[in-house]
Amino acid sequence: MRISITRALSILQRCARDCPQQQHSSPSVGNSTLSGAVRLLSSQALATSKEPEAGNVPKKSLNLFSAINQALHIALETDPRSYIFGEDVNFGGVFRCTTNLADTFGKHRVFNTPLCEQGIVGFAIGLAAMLVYSCIRVLQTVLPSHAILGTNLCVYSDDTAASGDGKDNRAIAEIQFADYIYPAFDQIVNEAAKFRYRSGNQFNCGGLTIRAPYGAVGHGGHYHSQSPESFFCHVPGIKWLYRQSVEDVPEGDYMLPLSKAEVMREGTDITLVGWGAQLSVMEQACIDASKEGISCELIDLRTLIPWDRETVEASVNKTGRLLVSHEAPVTGGFGAEISASIVERCFLRLEAPVARVCGYDTPFPLVFEPFYMPTKNKILDAIKTSVSY
Amino acid sequence: MASASASAAAVAGRKIFGSLRPLRRFPAGLVSRRIWPTDCVDGVGPRLVPDGLASSSSSRCFSAWRASSVTLKSDGDLDVAEVSPFPGARIMYTEDLQFVTETSPSTVPCFRVLSENGEELTKNFSEPDMSMAQKMYEQMVALQVLDSVFYNAQRQGRFGFYATCTGEEALNIACAAALRDNDSVFPQYREPGVLLWRGYRLQEFADHCIGNYQGHGKGRQMSIHYGSNKLHYFTVSSVLATQIPHAVGAAYSLKMENKQRCSVTFFGEGAASEGDFHGAINFAAVLEVPILFICRNNGWAISTPASQQYRGDGIAGRGQAYGVKSIRVDGNDALAVFSAVKAARQLAVENNQPVLLELMTYRVGHHSTSDDSAKYREVAEIRYWSERRDGVARFRKWIESKGWWDGTVDEQLRKDLRTEVIACLAAAEAKEKPPLSDLFSDVYDSLPKSLEEQEKLVRQAVQNCPQMYPADIPL
Repeated sequence: MRISITRALSILQRCARDCPQQQHSSPSVGNSTLSGAVRLLSSQALATSKEPEAGNVPKKSLNLFSAINQALHIALETDPRSYIFGEDVNFGGVFRCTTNLADTFGKHRVFNTPLCEQGIVGFAIGLAAMLVYSCIRVLQTVLPSHAILGTNLCVYSDDTAASGDGKDNRAIAEIQFADYIYPAFDQIVNEAAKFRYRSGNQFNCGGLTIRAPYGAVGHGGHYHSQSPESFFCHVPGIKWLYRQSVEDVPEGDYMLPLSKAEVMREGTDITLVGWGAQLSVMEQACIDASKEGISCELIDLRTLIPWDRETVEASVNKTGRLLVSHEAPVTGGFGAEISASIVERCFLRLEAPVARVCGYDTPFPLVFEPFYMPTKNKILDAIKTSVSY
Repeated sequence: MASASASAAAVAGRKIFGSLRPLRRFPAGLVSRRIWPTDCVDGVGPRLVPDGLASSSSSRCFSAWRASSVTLKSDGDLDVAEVSPFPGARIMYTEDLQFVTETSPSTVPCFRVLSENGEELTKNFSEPDMSMAQKMYEQMVALQVLDSVFYNAQRQGRFGFYATCTGEEALNIACAAALRDNDSVFPQYREPGVLLWRGYRLQEFADHCIGNYQGHGKGRQMSIHYGSNKLHYFTVSSVLATQIPHAVGAAYSLKMENKQRCSVTFFGEGAASEGDFHGAINFAAVLEVPILFICRNNGWAISTPASQQYRGDGIAGRGQAYGVKSIRVDGNDALAVFSAVKAARQLAVENNQPVLLELMTYRVGHHSTSDDSAKYREVAEIRYWSERRDGVARFRKWIESKGWWDGTVDEQLRKDLRTEVIACLAAAEAKEKPPLSDLFSDVYDSLPKSLEEQEKLVRQAVQNCPQMYPADIPL
């Protein structure tokens, strides 16, 4: 069983309509169409990925909330059993990820919930757990002021479910900031993560996705800056994904494998592993390092659990050195898991201790943020230390 | 004895559980006297148990629950209604299959004192004396000026974030004025007026928002996350409703201290949807603590209107469900708020009981500087509340009618305040930021070794690359 918990940087994976109940083995790697050309928001083209391209799929550079908005649109359009809900999603959401979706698909598919994270996730689990045998497709006439009148509903049933097997709902819950996910911790850990396992596979909430923006913004302080991944990576039964701020995104519908890391930049002297927004910082460090003759391999982990050990192991076997970087505090952070795992697998190959360049063990501070953050200079220092160990 | 008991019940003249349904009738002679434990029902006379029932009980441990309630009818017979024995509730049986409607026939009414024009509609209120009323008005104005200057300062980039309490200034100050200065306050984030009232200086507001070394939070949190131990105002956190159960625990401490203080917590109607609200209010009722739950129902939780937040009768309507006294008040009527909070405080402190107040108001400003509320609500609606329903203007009309305020000084007051706040802001910006060591202190009460080492690491990083770091943080 799995549910996937995506950051606002994630691109939703649309699961195949004809296999809702199978064990979610990842779709084949060959379907990956993400070119992976990473650009900073300053539009400077940097590394290109070595991922195989599946044909000449037209792509465009999108920022994250546009990509999410596009993906949500596709999800709602192609699956009448998909729903998006959370605080303030109706008007577009505080990060604009759900702009226009309520207007297009109606208030029964895209809706505000009361202000209650435990309620949002509990509700989402129940919704995702239900098999639906026929589905009402609702058309709504929408007024310019976003009001939707019940009297304007036209209703007809979805005939494509006539095969007899039920399909589970796609429940897409939004948590407004990752810092506020903790009231839902019980639901995620004790319920969602164990839903399939405890029922002997009779039930699952595999159709559940939770989206939450995370990470430092420069002025977020304690409660608009957190990276809570390591709390959840400790829980078997869920998946935790990240995406970057700006990527080249194929137009239209496509699928990506989960649990497949991407080698963003090839190198020979040291392997750097990161995810999400930190990658752009690490990439800058790699560029600066290359000016000093150090060749860095940069890996975007993309999924934290289950994470792609094989790709990282192969890289470290090549380079002999590893550096992990994340904003979350270093103690008990996910870098610790990567470090321990790679030391187990690559002990004799390692030329230096695994370096972790992370946040400190304090609450995320406001005025001290520039000191707290795992910045480019700290990463560069650590690269040099590792290489000259 | 039986007739004495029966007449005792008659003298009490009360039905014991509201509307009794007479289910059985016993001749008076069979009734004997059985006293309930005193904590079962307030102030009601002895309940009478038919002998037959009492002795036939096969389980004496709940024999007390098997008492019936009795009323003496006018024709001299007794009506005995049977009370169910469930431990979960003290309830009467019924043979009518009837649902309690989801909404009560009448919603909790909204207490007010002043008309929109500041005219007294009743004499039934607590009137602040002249000096308090003047201070109240001046502080409402100060709050308005503070918000205006700071909001604009944020737009200019002088600090990262701000949230106003525009539209709720009267509520803020009236609540503060009705409390004692040493009542423990657990705010959400839209109640800086309580701090202002208690003596937090404009300079202190500025120091905190800028995040300099004199700001009480040592620059660690976003602006508006004020706190003051000295003023009994617990530090704000951005997380919603988490302060509510804290306030209940604090109230318990105050009860044990027995110094006639109470705990007060503020929250919005949105935060009242969080699980923490429900847990906390239930605790407060069961543990019997002196606390005021003050809900600022301002109609909007960011973009979510109250109609999408709940279906019941607002927040006041929840009180009785939890066994808590409640009241709904016009939050833009400073005198109504002042009176209600004063009365609630007295109830809480004298009886060690929680009181729930729902102050109805309107959030005139955006949720914060990260919000543009024109995206989800009509500008006409905002203007209506700002121009026609402003609580500060309403209070001013009242104090003017009392001869306690001269409207012509208003403009000068605002000007002076504005000058002062701007000067405070400039002074705050000129001060040093907190030292780098404050990044690591106060995680625990003393600095652990691991953090000593991390502090060394960051100082090394700064030494290696000083241009990467802000120059205004002392090392």
